[in-house]
Amino acid sequence: MKCRRIAGLLLWAAAIPAVADTAPAAVAANFTPTAQALAARFEALTGHRLVISSGSSGKLYTQIVNGAPFDLFLSADEDRPRELEAEGRGLPGTRFTYAVGQLLLWSSDPALVDAEGAVLRSDRFRRLAVANPRTAPYGAAAMAVLRRLGLEERLASRLVQGENIAQAYQFVATGNAELGFVALAQVRAAPGGSAWEVPRDLYPAVEQQAVLLDRGRDNPAARGFLDFLRTPEARALIREAGYGTE
Amino acid sequence: MDLDLQAVVLTLKLATLTTLVLLVIGTPIAWWLSRTPSRWRHPVAALVALPLVLPPTVLGFYLLLLLGPRGPGGALTQALGLGTLPFTFPGLVVGSVLYSLPFVVQPIQNAFEALGRRPLEVAATLRASPWQAFFSVAVPLARPGFLSGAVLGFAHTVGEFGVVLMIGGSIPGETRVLSVAIYDHVEALEWGHAHWLAGGLLAFSFLVVLAMLVLGRRMDRLARGRH
Repeated sequence: MKCRRIAGLLLWAAAIPAVADTAPAAVAANFTPTAQALAARFEALTGHRLVISSGSSGKLYTQIVNGAPFDLFLSADEDRPRELEAEGRGLPGTRFTYAVGQLLLWSSDPALVDAEGAVLRSDRFRRLAVANPRTAPYGAAAMAVLRRLGLEERLASRLVQGENIAQAYQFVATGNAELGFVALAQVRAAPGGSAWEVPRDLYPAVEQQAVLLDRGRDNPAARGFLDFLRTPEARALIREAGYGTE
Repeated sequence: MDLDLQAVVLTLKLATLTTLVLLVIGTPIAWWLSRTPSRWRHPVAALVALPLVLPPTVLGFYLLLLLGPRGPGGALTQALGLGTLPFTFPGLVVGSVLYSLPFVVQPIQNAFEALGRRPLEVAATLRASPWQAFFSVAVPLARPGFLSGAVLGFAHTVGEFGVVLMIGGSIPGETRVLSVAIYDHVEALEWGHAHWLAGGLLAFSFLVVLAMLVLGRRMDRLARGRH
């Protein structure tokens, strides 16, 4: 009896690779919760599994260049997937924009931020949190907004930098910074406070791109997930999470 | 000033100040821990040792909550008219003192324990007051402990990263210390800059550890020679 059960288990285990594959994926920190929801749906549909490693796009890029075992990369920007493609680590023609980030001026105080973002010109806050503009696309977008509004110099002394957009959010959520530029998706996930949805013409689009990596060339799970990201169902999920789609 | 140089200067300033503060508050703690029969001894020793095992991000996260405007620490500093500590240099000093506490307390405590009772009893028979005995007998005899405590505390603060990352906000000249500057360079793929700073820190750390080993050996020999 016992032997039969073990034999059955072994057979079952041996059968899995034939039907379902596993794809190790490097996913930008801001998109990780959404990617997890997408991966669950993808697994239900195809049986393929996505194993997600989360980090800032810069760190993941560095790891990939140094041989990290990832089959696909969902970046928070377009530069790093493009560079990977140019270096031959990303497969040509597989790169596309899976989500477009929406920038939000946010405060955990429900009365602080008005519908036009005029609070930025006031003295009603001491600290404004942004993600590191040199490494995080949302940080660069935030600085572009301040430049367009002519506030860059005036607010320079009030800026505090998070290492990435998650930390900028954390600074605001804990009240340590009264205001901060965060991603709409973060506030969607935990609603509250007050926010100004920054008009798209005030900052360069935060195009989040995905690319199939050389290691995932023959992995149906990796290719399958990238195809899945373009389906209407996945795009609806992505929009619901607070991103735009192309 | 060059941004990298600024980070180096800021780091040295932070480490020096932190070490001084730690010697002042760490010495009485170490003395108490080495002498007391109190049943609070072990819980307090465990508390002091916590930063050894806690990930710095845990410490940084709780400091951010505690010292923030909604935390009790933040309420206190605001009531004192000091504002809130996160994103300021004094905030980093507070964080570093907590983070490096065991590295200063434990070597000093070990040195005090190694003294035993005898030298102080002798001092007492010579009519030294407890304070005199402490400063003219215990402290000089425990000098190797003070030295390694100070060096370890200083070096550990120079290498601090997680706590600063959590409560610093990377403000140049205020909270952007060496380790954060290195991290930023690596993240921005500026590996050339990163190498300068990271390589420098590597050499510095090696020299500190080496100096401690050599000095420790020499002091040992001196101490033994004297007895």
